[in-house]
Amino acid sequence: MSNTPLRSDLAMISQWIKPGTRVLDLGCGDGLLLAHLAMSRDVRGYGLELDTDNISACITRGVNVIQRDLDDGLADFDEGSFDYVVMSQALQVVHAPHKLLGEMLRVGKMGIVTFPNFGHWSTRLSLALGGRMPRTRTLPAQWYDTQNIHLCTIRDFEALCREKDYRIVDRAVTDAAHRQAPGHRLMPNLRGEVGMYLLQRNHP
Amino acid sequence: MSSPSPLPADSVGLVTPEDFAFDQPLALECGAQLNTYTLRVERYGKLNPDRSNAVLICHALSGDHHAAGYHAPTDRKPGWWEACIGPGKPIDTNHFHVVALNNLGGCAGSTGPMSINPASGQIWGPDFPIVTVRDWVHSQNRLREKLGIDQWAAVIGGSLGGMQALQWGVEFPDKLRHLVAIAAAPRLSTQNIAFNEVARQAILTDPDFCDGHYRREGRNPARGLMLARMLGHITYLSDAAMADKFGRELISGKPGFSFEPEFQVESYLRYQGNQFIDRFDANTYLRMTKALDYFDPARDFGGNLDTVMRKVRAKLLLIAFTRDWRFSPERSEELVRAALRAGRDVSYACIDSPLGHDDFLVPVPAYLDVFGGYLRRVAEECA
Repeated sequence: MSNTPLRSDLAMISQWIKPGTRVLDLGCGDGLLLAHLAMSRDVRGYGLELDTDNISACITRGVNVIQRDLDDGLADFDEGSFDYVVMSQALQVVHAPHKLLGEMLRVGKMGIVTFPNFGHWSTRLSLALGGRMPRTRTLPAQWYDTQNIHLCTIRDFEALCREKDYRIVDRAVTDAAHRQAPGHRLMPNLRGEVGMYLLQRNHP
Repeated sequence: MSSPSPLPADSVGLVTPEDFAFDQPLALECGAQLNTYTLRVERYGKLNPDRSNAVLICHALSGDHHAAGYHAPTDRKPGWWEACIGPGKPIDTNHFHVVALNNLGGCAGSTGPMSINPASGQIWGPDFPIVTVRDWVHSQNRLREKLGIDQWAAVIGGSLGGMQALQWGVEFPDKLRHLVAIAAAPRLSTQNIAFNEVARQAILTDPDFCDGHYRREGRNPARGLMLARMLGHITYLSDAAMADKFGRELISGKPGFSFEPEFQVESYLRYQGNQFIDRFDANTYLRMTKALDYFDPARDFGGNLDTVMRKVRAKLLLIAFTRDWRFSPERSEELVRAALRAGRDVSYACIDSPLGHDDFLVPVPAYLDVFGGYLRRVAEECA
């Protein structure tokens, strides 16, 4: 991990989060986002994380962290008890992404989701021409030992949002380093490697 | 004879217990009152000039004030939490002033059933009142005042000690900044109460118990106390840990068709039981198990643990162990849930570890990481 002020994807997520709010971070990793939000935006919150080394890292940073498997759901949390529920790069590893999304938007007034776009041209090309499961910058694992069990494309995700009646308040489509280029805006599902969404329930 | 080996560098080294006498009456939950009492205490690490770095260690069922270090260079064993207290350890004596005590009703130097009842001039024995976790916390608060400590940096305990830490958070919310409860529970499970009852019956039905007056009669219900301890030790280890540790091979290789210990686990339990009767008092054991059974801070709040947690002001660290079936992770998670609902600052780790309930006493690396990482932040706040 670099020592730059903040990882670029976390910096982008931070922009969506208003100061003084309460945040729940699903799969919070080493707690970098929450630590940054606490320091820069006076945000209070908790991270949920499964890995013990990451738990240690969070605690050492002074981040509230609860050891928890995201597949166990969010039943412990009351409706609307957080301003934002964030899930960065974890949508594709959970057993029931659609249910967890619903849970996120029950517990949080807003949801923030980021995921690798399986519709990127390199993935398509790899499967179409190579005939093998794609391995890319954002998805480097072999098909048999990947944690990514529910990969989707930008269009898949947006279709799900329409189906569930979630409003896409804001969207950023970027390359693997979370940089935005004109191509991402023009052909997001073909050119974007990462999708980032700010969501809300249309009918709370 | 070989000379004793030097004490380990990461130990607090040689320590001396101190006795603190209290003469302000302490009203107990059972309705009785202790007019005077003594608490035996050990302290490690320097108290800083603004007296902000003191941490209180609460002991479990069979623990006492001797939490770390050695009383003599020839001691075979250090204090009971040597794995976690000392220079460079999670409860780092380079940064913290550590206070550990023997609880009221104990048998290691604080006022308890083996002490003289000033009213009668006789040993208290069975007449010593049944004390509760809340009573302990109130006596510990008197100790805090006597030591001139305005606020604990942290109150820390495992098992029954974790219950005391929780009670501290509820009872004196502004007297501690952090609360660390390890392998604890919001109250005992029915199964746990059942284990305690069998342990008590082993003692109470021992012919040498003499209705608790065994000392006066010059007797000792050693068999009952030994059985109680053996039962306890079965529950402190997981099935897998017992299998790993002792296996089930016959010591002599073939059945002896006798009731002598033939399996290693039998020798282990007998050894643990025998060790215990030399250092522990049956009347104290009965009281410790009752304190466990009665503990239920939600009882005063209609059984609502969320309301209990709303009273707590301290930041919480809760730790459980995957193989612990006596105080299972689910019990710690009840506390986590309540703390979340109450909006408290809380962190929780469930450590994948081999032993079971006993894991809180041993240096499991992931446990030390989480525990030490948390307390390093606590120490930084004190600096």
